Amino acid sequence: MEAQHEHQFKVIGTRPIRHDGVDKVTGRARYGADITLPGLLHGKVLRSPRPHARIKSIETSEAQALPGVKAVVTGADFPEIEPGMLQIGENFVNPRHLAANIMARDKVLYDGHAVAAVAATSPHVAEEALKLIRVEYEPLPFVQNVLEAMRDNAVILHPDLRTAGVDAGDDTETNIANHIQFSRGDLAAGFAAAEMVIEREFDTSMVHQGYIEPHNAVAQYNQDDKATVWVSTQGPFAVRELCGTMLQINPGDIKVVPAEIGGGFGGKTTVYLEPVALLLSKLTGRPVKMVMSRSEVLRATGPTPGSHIRAKIGVNLEGKITAAELQLSFEAGAFPGSPVAAGCMTVLAPYDLENFQIDGYDVVLNKPKTCAYRAPGATNPALAAETILDEMAERLGLDPLEIRRINGAKEGTAQPAGPQFKRIGYLETVEAIHNSEHYQSPPPQSANGKLRGRGVATGFWFNAAFQSSATVSINTDGSANVVTGSPDIGGSRASCAMIAAEVLGLRSEDMHPVVADTESIGHTDTTGGSRVTFATGLAVYEAAQDAVGQLKQRAATVWKVKPEDVTYQDGVLSCLTNGHESLSLKEIAPKFPRAGGPVMGRASVRPRGVGPAFAAHVVDVEIDPETGKVDILRYTAAQDVGKAVHPSYVEGQIQGGVAQGVGWALNEEYFYAEDGTMRNTGFLDYRMPTCLDLPMIETILVEVANPGHPIGIRGVGEVPIIPPPAAIANAIYRATGVRMTELPMSPARVAKAILEKNGA
Amino acid sequence: MHELNYEAPTSLDQAISVLAAAGENGRMLAGGTDLIIQMRAGVRQPGQVIDAKKIPELQALSFDAQNGLQLGAARACCDIIADATVQQHYPGLVEAAGLIGSDQILARASVGGNVCNGSPAADTTPALIALGAVCHIAGPNGTREVAAEDFVTAPGQTVLAPNELLVAFQIPAPQGQASDCYQRFIPRNEMDIAVVGVGSCVALDGDTCTAARIGLGAVAARPLLAKEAGDSLVGKTLDDAAIEAAAQLAQQAASPISDMRGTAEFRTHLVGVLTRRTLKEAAARARAR
Ligand SMILES: Cc1cc2nc3c(=O)[nH]c(=O)nc-3n(C[C@H](O)[C@H](O)[C@H](O)COP(=O)(O)OP(=O)(O)OC[C@H]3O[C@@H](n4cnc5c(N)ncnc54)[C@H](O)[C@@H]3O)c2cc1C
Repeated sequence: MEAQHEHQFKVIGTRPIRHDGVDKVTGRARYGADITLPGLLHGKVLRSPRPHARIKSIETSEAQALPGVKAVVTGADFPEIEPGMLQIGENFVNPRHLAANIMARDKVLYDGHAVAAVAATSPHVAEEALKLIRVEYEPLPFVQNVLEAMRDNAVILHPDLRTAGVDAGDDTETNIANHIQFSRGDLAAGFAAAEMVIEREFDTSMVHQGYIEPHNAVAQYNQDDKATVWVSTQGPFAVRELCGTMLQINPGDIKVVPAEIGGGFGGKTTVYLEPVALLLSKLTGRPVKMVMSRSEVLRATGPTPGSHIRAKIGVNLEGKITAAELQLSFEAGAFPGSPVAAGCMTVLAPYDLENFQIDGYDVVLNKPKTCAYRAPGATNPALAAETILDEMAERLGLDPLEIRRINGAKEGTAQPAGPQFKRIGYLETVEAIHNSEHYQSPPPQSANGKLRGRGVATGFWFNAAFQSSATVSINTDGSANVVTGSPDIGGSRASCAMIAAEVLGLRSEDMHPVVADTESIGHTDTTGGSRVTFATGLAVYEAAQDAVGQLKQRAATVWKVKPEDVTYQDGVLSCLTNGHESLSLKEIAPKFPRAGGPVMGRASVRPRGVGPAFAAHVVDVEIDPETGKVDILRYTAAQDVGKAVHPSYVEGQIQGGVAQGVGWALNEEYFYAEDGTMRNTGFLDYRMPTCLDLPMIETILVEVANPGHPIGIRGVGEVPIIPPPAAIANAIYRATGVRMTELPMSPARVAKAILEKNGA
Repeated sequence: MHELNYEAPTSLDQAISVLAAAGENGRMLAGGTDLIIQMRAGVRQPGQVIDAKKIPELQALSFDAQNGLQLGAARACCDIIADATVQQHYPGLVEAAGLIGSDQILARASVGGNVCNGSPAADTTPALIALGAVCHIAGPNGTREVAAEDFVTAPGQTVLAPNELLVAFQIPAPQGQASDCYQRFIPRNEMDIAVVGVGSCVALDGDTCTAARIGLGAVAARPLLAKEAGDSLVGKTLDDAAIEAAAQLAQQAASPISDMRGTAEFRTHLVGVLTRRTLKEAAARARAR
């Protein structure tokens, strides 16, 4: 395999125009909400205006009687689902909880929780009908703060919930769904050996992925109990599985057609509207379309947890970490399943540690059920570890990158989760930032009443593999169709096409990449975990090789030689014996009918050689000390990307991750009023950065080949969101002398901290 | 379902009669950048929408040294901020009007709509208050005038009766060395709503302040004139001490609430910051005239 890494690529590493580009810039691409069918009905969801209440009754007859209304459903119309555990890619799903999240049964657990749905001849009629549904609630006390939810006398969301994990067996009612622990070495000895110990608490707010396209679903349930769902999703096979479970029908009887997707970032890996649309379609016999408003997306889909983090870290005089003790408490939302385990496993993974204990708590409270968001769980605790390390470096008189070098993980280092790293590029990435023009330039100086500073931070993400399938078939004109089951959320059509083109010795433009529906390709797990270019790319690589093998056979038949006597290079088949003839793909394709039939390479993979990703970021900020407003002056992100298949899209992933990290750092937060309802349910007050809030984000691609992949590919999409909040907090400190421990670092908080420091 | 009528009268008289006929059900539509969003959200549900853009008086934009600026209520912000005369005499108004949304929004949005919408956080209202603007109102019983600071009465509410409309603003010409400035604080750099907005207008005679008005936005249920703060500067040199004293009086005039856009404490703090900054800038501009 090593030889491949040295290989001079012809297509990989270039920047061809993406195959889906023209459709997207001309508006022709079909997103979920663009789907329309004859006889289409429109569905709308009635949502709870309360954070926690018992549903005493739901009266739907008036809504049912409104002209144009074809069906009204409530939780009672869905099948009763037994508890259990389904593994859907990287997520574990308790189907009973999923069912209760899709449509509330006896209780509503958060503001926005679905309680009923209507199908009508137009969206307007459906909206009118919602107003005619009478729900009688018995309000219950509610809890929205993670520490309060963990208290002994807390308001309980699920009376049957018991803590799993370390504390399993305790039979008391609780909101702590899981307590996990990772540890190694001797904590007490480690702290005793420390020269300096810093202990701090941090709080981060619940934040949303903020994809531009709201959730949608169009369902057609047929009389033969077979159904089709058109939906913008990261996981068509997951949608099929989950809808089958929710409606108690065979998943195989549901065809899921992935529409073009306007962003997901992890948020489109589960189902919300799909089972509802299916049930409404089943009841009416007509196709039903449902599209969420932005407000519904924010209130009732899956943001990423807010958290409380306690961190205590010790270092010796040389800057070596001697011990680390962390407690991570994550808001799972209304049902268990926060990514707290990933938080525990990633937070100190960039470092070589002898003694540590990391505890994670998965806590339910009256907010929406969280879902995956770009490196789920890793960004929250990175704020803690990466700002404490910065403070230690400063106190020890070390460059903040030096303390990373001293402690940095390398090949053979045991991760906090146990396994040893194979070849990784953490130190190379730190080095790349150190050597960058940005880091080498003088730090920005405060001027004209504005304070300026520079900060750095680093991050780790596992990346994932899971299962993928692909076919590569040769067309009569010598071009190739590259079919996968991975919705393209980050340019993966282009990267899969380029991998096939590389193997086939053709141009990227000769490829026709297709994202197929669940009946047209083998099982493929959800797009997520930065896995598509790595794993689906590997399936494409193997399928293309399979196609090459078949091509050699076809040529051997044409030339009446053995397949071993045929070589294939740069799209040309050559005969090593018998007259040394050669045929291009275009020439041989028309001969397939008499030479053994069409060529279709296929592969399905479940790769083992996942290569983790590391990032090191540097940021310069400017702060108005009177208003507390933070502006990002310059941002550079270095990342070990393994092998950048299409460098522009790798850079785009890094820039996008940083942009989201900046939003998380500075202004984004779920804001709940005293009554437990979410207040900022639109993009005016849920403040994501606009293009005017971000500089051009500079990127440095470090290519430490992943030894577990024939092309050296690592996932790249998630790790860039991890360092920004910590890097910005460190830069704010260097500018102002104030250590921020709460996200978002909004103007009010920064101004207050500066005023307090100045003794005002 | 909800029925909606649209009319586009071409004279003030016509507009007044359509408005009168519609009663409580009627609503003026200028740029629609507030109204249409509110209708979509179900916040306002008029049955009769009356387009203001085709009425000549509502499109006025003329200046003379005697009467100052005659600004039609429906005139699009993009015209106002591009006007050289307005830029010269009312830089603070240009700052405020220029903040409203993006280029697309500015091409539709009007100052009249901004004020009539009745938001305590509207950007142009504090600027108009600082400038001493007078609102000209017309209805079936004739016309009347109301000072800018008295126009909005509560969030979403104004002095207008259902059968009245806003025709124009009359904004006095700056006398001698006088100028204005508007600044707001938002957490981002664009596309946001003021956490606090402050408009200041000062007139100088040499080093002495002869008149000063300070308008405050987003710090009470309606935009405010911080009268005592402005008056405190009259007869003084606009040095740091005088400006600080005025800023403190402006803070006392404010009675903000805490919400998702900022705490009361932070808003009060910002009133001080922005009052200082706008007074200094307005004074510098006045000296330069
Ligand atoms: C993306 C976006 C960004 C925005 N940014 C800002 C911002 O930064 N700052 C800011 O202050 N606002 C902002 N706004 C709000 C809005 O654009 C402004 O308030 C604008 O000035 C409204 O003017 P309009 O002409 O569109 O008003 P319309 O929507 O037409 O009318 C607003 C209200 O005033 C009434 N009305 C209008 N004209 C008259 C009249 N002549 N007589 C009686 N009543 C009348 C209408 O009936 C309605 O109730 C933004 C809006 C959007 C959509």
